[in-house]
Amino acid sequence: MNLKEIVHNLGLEVRTGQSALMTEVRGGYAGDLLSDVLAHGQPADLWVTLQTHPNTVAVASLKGLAGIVLVNGREPEADTLQRAEAENVVLLVSALPAFELVGRLHALGLSGMRT
Amino acid sequence: MEVRADLHIHTCLSPCADRDMSPPTVVRRGRERGLHVIAVCDHNSAENVEAAIRAAEDAGLAVIGGMEITSREEVHVLGLFKDDRALQSAQEVVYENLRGENEPQVFGEQLVMNERGEVVRHNGRLLIGATGLSVEEVVQTIHRLGGLAIAAHVDRPRFSLLSQLGFVPAGLDLDAVEVCAEAPPAVPKDLAVVRSSDAHRPEEIGARYTRFLVERPTASEIGMALRRIEGRRVLT
Repeated sequence: MNLKEIVHNLGLEVRTGQSALMTEVRGGYAGDLLSDVLAHGQPADLWVTLQTHPNTVAVASLKGLAGIVLVNGREPEADTLQRAEAENVVLLVSALPAFELVGRLHALGLSGMRT
Repeated sequence: MEVRADLHIHTCLSPCADRDMSPPTVVRRGRERGLHVIAVCDHNSAENVEAAIRAAEDAGLAVIGGMEITSREEVHVLGLFKDDRALQSAQEVVYENLRGENEPQVFGEQLVMNERGEVVRHNGRLLIGATGLSVEEVVQTIHRLGGLAIAAHVDRPRFSLLSQLGFVPAGLDLDAVEVCAEAPPAVPKDLAVVRSSDAHRPEEIGARYTRFLVERPTASEIGMALRRIEGRRVLT
């Protein structure tokens, strides 16, 4: 499944990385502590978080994540947008709360477990 | 002169601190532990600083007024201020950006005391909460008021710059980072490192401290030492 399909299915809004929406998503990770995401996120994961700080972009880049989804309609900070654009990191926004969004991603076939 | 400073001490104003942490007790214990400087840093409030400063008159111990400010990412940042005016302005900014009311049964009492350790009033704000300010905005606010910004207990798994944001954000103009353990933290080498107790109970005061080479026991001088200006420095 690629990001474009997920964006379409769940009505996500694309803030940055429009040109990278064909990126394949292999799983998901949810977390708001960046230290935890650095430790446990896996390449091609879609990351669900409420953190809007610019460091999120560096974490996504460093870990090779497929993209970031901000929950509860949170908007990225101006610096975050700028860095995500510069690094072509996909930044998405969902109006849904995290629990609901993760449930719907799981229903689409994404898992938080890799075997 | 060489001064021993514990730059992170709570009082009974912090809901999570002991009731025994009255301003005079904090001062007395600080002196007994051989400290020359303490900074009173309660969560998102500075309402016990004045009492501590008064309690320290003639005590041979300098009290720096500060606050442990919680950013919206739930990062704890110490702001240490050079005078009462700056401290009051910082407190105003924090209060404007802090929502909610304290539930003493759940979070603990928030006691404002005088220099004799008598309760003057209860602070009703949710001091344990997070402000709406980003960590960058917290540091900028502290610096605009001439204060020192120190990322608190960066080597802890909760409420620390590194736990919340993974690494020190590029361009964040900290004066220092504070650590609890002996091991050096994963921060840029040019950042000064201080050790403080983060005392919430009297027996913890001075359990960790930092030695500074300064001319006087003041926040300005400590700021110079953190930035290694004119011979002032942190002693290892």
